Amino acid sequence: MKKSIRIAGGQGFWGDLPDAPVRQVEEGPIDYLMLDYLAEVTMSIMQKQRSRDPSAGYAKDFVGLMRQILPACIEKDIKVTANAGGVNVEGCAAAVQSVAHELGLAGKFRLGIVTGDDIMPRLDDFIARGIELRNMDTDEPLATVRDRIQSANVYLGAWPMVEALNRGARIVITGRATDTGLTLAPMIHEFGWAADDWNRLASGTIAGHIIECGAQSSGGNCQYEWRSIPNLANVGFPIIEAAPDGTFVVTKHKGTGGWVIIPSIKEQLVYEMGDPHEYLTPDCVADFTTVQLEYEGTDRVRVFGIEGRPATKFLKVSISYSAGYKAVGTLVYSWPEAYEKAQAADRILRTRLDRLGLKFDQVLTEFVGVNAVHGPLAGAASAEVPEVQLRVAVRGPNRAAVERFTKEIAPLVLTGPPGVTGFAGGRPKVEEIVAYWPALIPKEEIVPRVEIIEA
Amino acid sequence: MRIQLLKLAHARSGDKGDTANVGLIALEDKYYPMLVREVTVERVKEHFRGICKGKVERFELPNLGALNFLLHESLGGGGTLSLMTDAQGKTFSTAILRMEIELPDAEAQALGLMI
Repeated sequence: MKKSIRIAGGQGFWGDLPDAPVRQVEEGPIDYLMLDYLAEVTMSIMQKQRSRDPSAGYAKDFVGLMRQILPACIEKDIKVTANAGGVNVEGCAAAVQSVAHELGLAGKFRLGIVTGDDIMPRLDDFIARGIELRNMDTDEPLATVRDRIQSANVYLGAWPMVEALNRGARIVITGRATDTGLTLAPMIHEFGWAADDWNRLASGTIAGHIIECGAQSSGGNCQYEWRSIPNLANVGFPIIEAAPDGTFVVTKHKGTGGWVIIPSIKEQLVYEMGDPHEYLTPDCVADFTTVQLEYEGTDRVRVFGIEGRPATKFLKVSISYSAGYKAVGTLVYSWPEAYEKAQAADRILRTRLDRLGLKFDQVLTEFVGVNAVHGPLAGAASAEVPEVQLRVAVRGPNRAAVERFTKEIAPLVLTGPPGVTGFAGGRPKVEEIVAYWPALIPKEEIVPRVEIIEA
Repeated sequence: MRIQLLKLAHARSGDKGDTANVGLIALEDKYYPMLVREVTVERVKEHFRGICKGKVERFELPNLGALNFLLHESLGGGGTLSLMTDAQGKTFSTAILRMEIELPDAEAQALGLMI
């Protein structure tokens, strides 16, 4: 058994710095590269892409990335775990295979494919059998939005990926898998942890939480002494050095920017935290109140003491459904009386929307530069505020009404208060809202499938 | 003396649906007991009046010198439904640092906060 393995975080979300995973592979030693591509509503975007093109529906960026790093991964013996498969894991795998052929790497490695997360075809069966898939936030049964559902996927944990690695996969591609599982799976595979070794599984899970948002643990978005953070232009993404006993060190490649310090790790630990005693995953319940941190050197923070408990009997389901339309219009008002003018323009706009008889579920006005993000906490605006952006957003079930709203923004320039600009982008775009419906499903309903392909 | 949390803590915030989470971390371990005592559920609910429409929950992480707050019904429906600029609640972290707490002068002195 290896004394330790290095697992590198390469993407914090779909659209993160494209070069980050390449640099993780090239700029220092790593054993694993984990790539998280799936945000909550990404699956529905991919579902839409697939409905137009049956070969689409996965993170295409991943295939481009494989073209760049596959030779190095084979040469340096680096394995990859990625939930890049979206709603078409097989399609993603086929694309990676053809890249392997192009690069002359056919037959040089195995691809592992994890499926079984897609429960869209089974929803009516579940509902008929009394599995209501109630919304975890609102407690409504899924039946209330049944006809508007676009995708439904279970979050799979680490174990199917472990099986793929155990069967020799170098590149493991999943659909909807937890981001923490992408980091935990290599540890279980390398160190042979048992399925009820809750403390170690919790350690690997928390390691995953620390690197799943990319550089957000290594200096990005770090409030602590932010002016002192070295060279963010060249920020190094985080790396976990995991030991068989479950302890690990968070670090990054030498020579890169950013920093790995206890405050940067603490900030990431509390990010998107619920009850810290109960961080629920398919693999275990991790207790964040047991995490201990200490320095082990420059840009090296040791993490230990983590305790966990048995996983629950449920898996989380990520369901997306169509929830109407929205659009956002903006204009910029300049000194003098910038805020007053923006407020006047908002009143004029709302009067016109009323006169047109347009109905929306919500109309929201924000004044960027005054109170858009801190609301009433921002205090009174200065009369001398140099400029204010008026930002009006509407949402409703009727596309035509939202469309009509978008035609009322630019005319304010010639028909409203003076000193205004910022309409060059033309009419705002109408966007279909794909909303997120979190639910739980009994674990025994779900059987993950693992397939190994000789690339 | 009155002192702003900005001088005592750093923070990170995020979202889970329509709930914002705000992790408040003591800049120095010795400030943590004071945060536990002063930054109560009631104070946070009052601080975010007009922003947080639901209940506030608080969890203690003494191992990190941190408090985690859940601010329910704060993100205009949350996720893609929200029309807010900050639909993900990312700036709730800096918003909480605006809060001011009252400290006995003796305590402030002992913590090295009196200038």
